[in-house]
Amino acid sequence: MPDSPVSALRVHALAVARGDRRVLSDLSFTLAPGEILHIRGGNGAGKTSLLEVLCGLRAPAAGRIEGQPTAAQRHWLGHKNALNPVLTVRENLVFWCALNGNDAAEVDAALARVGLKAQRHRPCGALSVGQRRRAALARLCAVSRPWWFLDEPLAGLDRAAVHVLADLLHAHARAGGAAVLTSHQALPDALACGVRELELGR
Amino acid sequence: MHALLGPAWALFRRELLLAARRPAEWAQPLVFYGIVALLFPLGIEAQNPALKVFAPAIVWVGALLAALLAVERMFRGDLEDGTLEQLLLAQAPAPLLVAAKFGAHWLLTALPLVLAAPLLGLMLGLDPLPVRVLTLGLLLGTPTLMFTGGFAAALTVGAQRAGILLPILVLPLMTPAVIFGGGAVHAASSGLPYAAPLYFLAALLALALTGLPLAAAGALRNAVE
Repeated sequence: MPDSPVSALRVHALAVARGDRRVLSDLSFTLAPGEILHIRGGNGAGKTSLLEVLCGLRAPAAGRIEGQPTAAQRHWLGHKNALNPVLTVRENLVFWCALNGNDAAEVDAALARVGLKAQRHRPCGALSVGQRRRAALARLCAVSRPWWFLDEPLAGLDRAAVHVLADLLHAHARAGGAAVLTSHQALPDALACGVRELELGR
Repeated sequence: MHALLGPAWALFRRELLLAARRPAEWAQPLVFYGIVALLFPLGIEAQNPALKVFAPAIVWVGALLAALLAVERMFRGDLEDGTLEQLLLAQAPAPLLVAAKFGAHWLLTALPLVLAAPLLGLMLGLDPLPVRVLTLGLLLGTPTLMFTGGFAAALTVGAQRAGILLPILVLPLMTPAVIFGGGAVHAASSGLPYAAPLYFLAALLALALTGLPLAAAGALRNAVE
């Protein structure tokens, strides 16, 4: 459940550049609390760059964004899972809760939601790629933030894990949170229901 | 206040936990330090009075090289697994988190060097007063060495072949600590006042504690982008 009140994210005539090259221009949309936006596009279409701009990690080349989340309101899940291979799954999550000022009491429940309760005392280095991604998803639940920015969250997930991600995203939206995720392909049916799509490169 | 220090404390505890899981990583600099200091009496002969003259430099240069050995991989693992990216995105000020990491590394790798220094000083023929000054100097100087090394590690973390780059960057920056640290011991050995070089070490420490975490956080942001 998101802690902080969320205001809508309003994007006006946004342009995004990567290095000297402008990859996106004249992009306008609004994302309200309770909505999930899927940014779809091929390799190099600018999905990650746009996500970074929306999240506030990178400045836009032109245009403006209103209602951009602060560090206390956003959760970023990039290509890397931010899990130390030497620490156990639980230790990693407890650390991220403590670092972000959250109560570690939610960790076990979060691990149960992603189906990793039995692996919680195993070092992250001993988990499969998909299990590590699930552990990163558990961090979304354990470290409560109203805005989720997920870069290619489907990478490495099997069908069951996609359902887990769908459940997490929809529950987050129902609770008043908002999420933006990127993918180079159409979302699986379990996830696509009720998700807005923004296709880049058209 | 707790909101600021809580995340730094969390990172500090994580570093200690990681060190407990990988004891070899923090034990290696101490072993290296002991071996370097032992090689000199073996090379010159233990009764040679020159050993006493060179003792402060041996101990300080040994500590400097051991500190350098310890900092090389300080941020590499965090960059590779994505932890660094998340740390820089956190609500807590990045310089404070960097300072917590530097502090944990000092506790794990440099404090054992300080504690071993009296033994090495006596072994190299120093009298009790210079040994005390040597230890106090290292207590003041090793955080400066660790913070300087940590800053250089932050600068080079994104470089593919940082091997020789790190010592080239760090060694000139560490020179003042070695000069004042060694100078204090020489002054104490000669019966001269030794407070001034120690004050300089304390001043360097204040500069390192306040400035280098800021600079390192900036360097880390560059590495992640």
